[in-house]
Amino acid sequence: MEKRIILRGLLAGAVAGLLSFVFARIFAEPQINQAIDYESGRDAAQELLDKAAGLPVEAAGPDLFSRTVQANVGIGTGMILFGAAMGALFAVAYLLCLGRVGRLRARSLSLLVAGGGFAGFYLVPFLKYPANPPAIGHPDTIKERGSLYLVMVLCSIVFLVAAVWLGQRLQARFGNWNATLLAAGAYAVAIGIVMALLPSLGQLADNVHTFGNHPTETPLPLENSQGAIVYPGFPADVLFSFRLYSVAAQLIMWSTIGLVFAPMAQRLLQPTAKSPVPAGSPDPVAA
Amino acid sequence: MSSLSAPGTIATPVVVPNAKAALWLVGTAFLALLVYYFIGVDQGAVSVFGNDMHIHEFVHDSRHFLGFPCH
Repeated sequence: MEKRIILRGLLAGAVAGLLSFVFARIFAEPQINQAIDYESGRDAAQELLDKAAGLPVEAAGPDLFSRTVQANVGIGTGMILFGAAMGALFAVAYLLCLGRVGRLRARSLSLLVAGGGFAGFYLVPFLKYPANPPAIGHPDTIKERGSLYLVMVLCSIVFLVAAVWLGQRLQARFGNWNATLLAAGAYAVAIGIVMALLPSLGQLADNVHTFGNHPTETPLPLENSQGAIVYPGFPADVLFSFRLYSVAAQLIMWSTIGLVFAPMAQRLLQPTAKSPVPAGSPDPVAA
Repeated sequence: MSSLSAPGTIATPVVVPNAKAALWLVGTAFLALLVYYFIGVDQGAVSVFGNDMHIHEFVHDSRHFLGFPCH
């Protein structure tokens, strides 16, 4: 049974990854290209300023892959493999839930686990550290940013599991509805405390030292020595679109996992096709 | 937790734990997290292949788009 569930999770995940790749190719790539154009223009402007000030100019590293490869094969491989990995983890979580969630049926459980994956792996960490297009993010802070992001992912998943456990414990005393609300409230408070304690990316020591006090790493306008703006700040519309599409892609990915897996799990776990129901009579299982 | 289900329907069966199932679960979770790591994290904050940037540059766009910190 566990092998068949895992296989179906992988399959649903790969389909989900493929769909979000198609979405990314159409919607995200134009935004990514605009961000890279901004970055190249800004680097050129910075180079001119450095030359004028007599500072040494750093040579850019060679490109390992062309933009064409990155924007088609690269992002495709990344999205499909990521989808398959999430589908596999989804299947593991689903297996652990089986038989421990009261009267919840196979299909409903599929949607709930997928919703948990979306919130735990992506949406909650995104609220604190949202996705950034190229050109945003200083190379010197990648270690801190990487660790902080993973701390957010870990906390949001661990707290989510704890909230489900808490809800089940409270269920006997408060009933389904109130126990669910209490557990959700406890989750919000716990993750809210973690979000308040973790620093925002602009407050990292390297950033404050180099750029001053700012909340994020989003590039501000570039100024010359007289204080005149020689290159604009990062375009706000590109940033908004990129983040919106990033959320949309994850929503597509996790909904696909939940919706593709649901009927397969129902056929596997609750087969009812043996005795066909007469037409017109209500079917309690398919309702 | 079962507020979505209609009353009187059958529950899903318990599949885990049994030793063999647990092995499959741990193995699957490990491989999936390995893929998560190579797409999202490796050759950035930490790197198992030293200074090589091939994986990072190849999945570069998806790393940004999936919400991971980059560069």
